[in-house]
Amino acid sequence: MSIDKATAARVAHLARIRVKDEDLETLAAELSGILGWVEQLGEVDVEGVEPMTSVTPMALRRREDAVTDGGIRDKVLANAPATREGFFAVPKVVE
Amino acid sequence: MSDLTRLTIAEARAKLRAREITSVELTEACLAAVDAADALNAVSAKTPQKAREMAAAADARLSAEGEGAPSLCGIPLGIKDLFCTEGVASQAASNILEGFRPPYESTVTARLWERGAVMVGKLNMDEFAMGSSNETSCYGPAVNPWRAKGSNRDLTPGGSSGGSASAVAAELCLGATGTDTGGSIRQPAAFTGIVGVKPTYGRCSRFGIVAFASSLDQAGPMAKTVRDAAIMLEGMAGFDPKDSTSADLAVPDFEAALTGDIRGKTIGIPKEYRMEGMPAEIDALWDRGAQMLRDAGAKTVEISLPHTKYALPAYYVIAPAEASSNLARYDGVRFGHRAKLGAGDAIVDLYEKSRAEGFGPEVQRRVMIGAYVLSAGYYDAYYLRAQKVRTLIKRDFEQAFETVDAILTPATPSAAFGIGEMADADPVAMYLNDVFTVTVNLAGLPGAAVPTGVDSSGLPLGLQIIGKPWGEAEMLDIAYALERSAGFTARPDRWW
Repeated sequence: MSIDKATAARVAHLARIRVKDEDLETLAAELSGILGWVEQLGEVDVEGVEPMTSVTPMALRRREDAVTDGGIRDKVLANAPATREGFFAVPKVVE
Repeated sequence: MSDLTRLTIAEARAKLRAREITSVELTEACLAAVDAADALNAVSAKTPQKAREMAAAADARLSAEGEGAPSLCGIPLGIKDLFCTEGVASQAASNILEGFRPPYESTVTARLWERGAVMVGKLNMDEFAMGSSNETSCYGPAVNPWRAKGSNRDLTPGGSSGGSASAVAAELCLGATGTDTGGSIRQPAAFTGIVGVKPTYGRCSRFGIVAFASSLDQAGPMAKTVRDAAIMLEGMAGFDPKDSTSADLAVPDFEAALTGDIRGKTIGIPKEYRMEGMPAEIDALWDRGAQMLRDAGAKTVEISLPHTKYALPAYYVIAPAEASSNLARYDGVRFGHRAKLGAGDAIVDLYEKSRAEGFGPEVQRRVMIGAYVLSAGYYDAYYLRAQKVRTLIKRDFEQAFETVDAILTPATPSAAFGIGEMADADPVAMYLNDVFTVTVNLAGLPGAAVPTGVDSSGLPLGLQIIGKPWGEAEMLDIAYALERSAGFTARPDRWW
């Protein structure tokens, strides 16, 4: 799989990582290199093989639907880069 | 430097319980060693005040409980920066988590502290545990205390748990925690002449460990000896309702399992691990290791793990896919780095700029690979196919374990290499470091790296014992037999 510059730009946007226009060629080449190498998985006969979903067969546990933690607003906000009146603050999202 | 730092955990435990030494003395010795080892760049955050408080509390407990005190009571340990430690810098060696102080404690470290262990500091690593040389760290690379004979070139301690490996090998602490997603405990352990254990997936809780690839990540001990690793693993392991993949199984007494008597055991030697271009010294070490196990009364048989060559490519689909999903949380909103915005910048600019500034190049590469393989139209061709290949790799091991009790392989394809040596290499060349270890993560099995010899330039080399699922006790016993036969006693000359 060869990744062109436009695909690299699309992938960068999907990943929400700003990549400068002049760096897109290098990025495309790197991604192509890695994806070209994983192409060899195509050689494996996986007909009828189930995808692995867990390492040892175990059912997901359930727990009571109850609040186990909370009431620590200031602790939760303590690491935020910007807060206002007890909320996370972000740039304007809707006009 | 005080001789106290030379003690193993088992030796220190005996002296602490007998009150021949105090934890405060032992801890001060480690703190002095840490302060004298800045050249190794192994410690990302020193925590001397916390260490002294914990040591004093441990001494009080040792006086009160004596022989009944937990094995780790009063033992100074280092903690990989990937573990959240309450109120102490925990940033996964990434600029995107700069300044982050977790308001909670990881389950693994909480268990260690409950048992009286002492934290000397946080340890360097590759950014988000993505790397094999500690060179992707935002703190700069950790340095291996070992140097090739007649050379003063800085070598990598391996990665991603490079700071942990360097700190234990340089005797800055008696043991350290690591995490292993594709080989990140075992490869650095082999590069620094120490023991590293990756437990069965689910044995140690992942709660509070910064997530990289959730279906592969597993915490484990890095220590000077197999016995110390067994003691630490017992302190770290156990069921945790806060991790939905944590196994609700009793934790065995791993130390009691160390008999060294492996008569009658069958050890598999997988023919696919004899790779083309593998250095002759690694090949010879592997043969010597097999002979050691035979001399100890085990039988060795050749086995086949036919899908081995597909493990690394499958890993480099699965791990980046899971990473791209896990690392989506670093958005500049709730914690960590936020980019300065220009006039008119909106929320998407906030995300894209913060992540471009906060993530290093290797992390960016993997997050984008992950986004690509999970994107519409490609999911089946990449991720689903890789998960099917993973089933086949696991099946290879299941079939092998019908006839063998454990598997012996090299731990790494080479000894430690120079810092910067791989700078111009293709990313894939660096990924090949994990060729012998990554299969174990994909299959969820336990694996242990044991120092077994040195190469012609005097650098340590390790072998890997792979065990059955939940068979850490038996695996550690075989590792113990190998350790005793190998009699690895070399230490790095102190140059730092």
